Amino acid sequence: MTGDALHFHYDVDGNNFTSAGEASVQVKRTLRQMGYHPDLIRRISVAMYEGEINMVIHAKGGDADVYVTPDCITVILKDVGPGIKDINLAMQEGYSTAPDNIRSLGFGAGMGLPNMKRYSDELKIDSVVGVGTTIEMKFKSA
Amino acid sequence: MTVSQLIEKTGYEPLLLSDGDREVTGGYAGDLLSWVMGRADSGDCWVTIMSNVNVAAVGQLTDCACIVFSEGVRPDEAAVNAARLHGLNMLLSEKSTFEICVEVGALLK
Repeated sequence: MTGDALHFHYDVDGNNFTSAGEASVQVKRTLRQMGYHPDLIRRISVAMYEGEINMVIHAKGGDADVYVTPDCITVILKDVGPGIKDINLAMQEGYSTAPDNIRSLGFGAGMGLPNMKRYSDELKIDSVVGVGTTIEMKFKSA
Repeated sequence: MTVSQLIEKTGYEPLLLSDGDREVTGGYAGDLLSWVMGRADSGDCWVTIMSNVNVAAVGQLTDCACIVFSEGVRPDEAAVNAARLHGLNMLLSEKSTFEICVEVGALLK
């Protein structure tokens, strides 16, 4: 994505579970300063947090990019993790491949992708097993 | 009802009170963080036994009015530090999650 979009880039550290969410929290703060509606900001930051957590759990981190244009906010999450074997299954609420230690942290409920779909206006998943996953979420702001 | 008023009425221990004037408008109980993120509303009193640092991020993202740790659970230091950074309210109680929900629910009526 190029052009007149404002662009924010974040590295998601895959080794650090405690810092997961930093990018979403920063995006939340930035969008708030820009004057966006709290409900929209909430949807974006929650969906992005789910994506961040997924990248930490499954892919040892990745890149998060946020593009802001007058009528749309786009979040792109890209990792070089194991990929998603069955996207339809992964989209089902409650389906999870997260290990037990992740569940004990409160994650791995199988709600990550469903929440991303629920909160975004458009969700695109491009995943190749053994190569990685790119997720694009669009949020209409006008 | 503000968070300070909630503390006054229930006796929950204020572990971290960043904004006592924050209005409590609803409630949610849960420990699975994605579930909480998908369902808790802004202004909720969130009751949980989950005590790690991710609780602070979820509290911030859902914009809940306060987090009440039930059953005598205490959040770890990293969680409290992160919550302080985000301006969250954290309360403690020995009561069960169910008892707290009943209590807060009655106060919100």
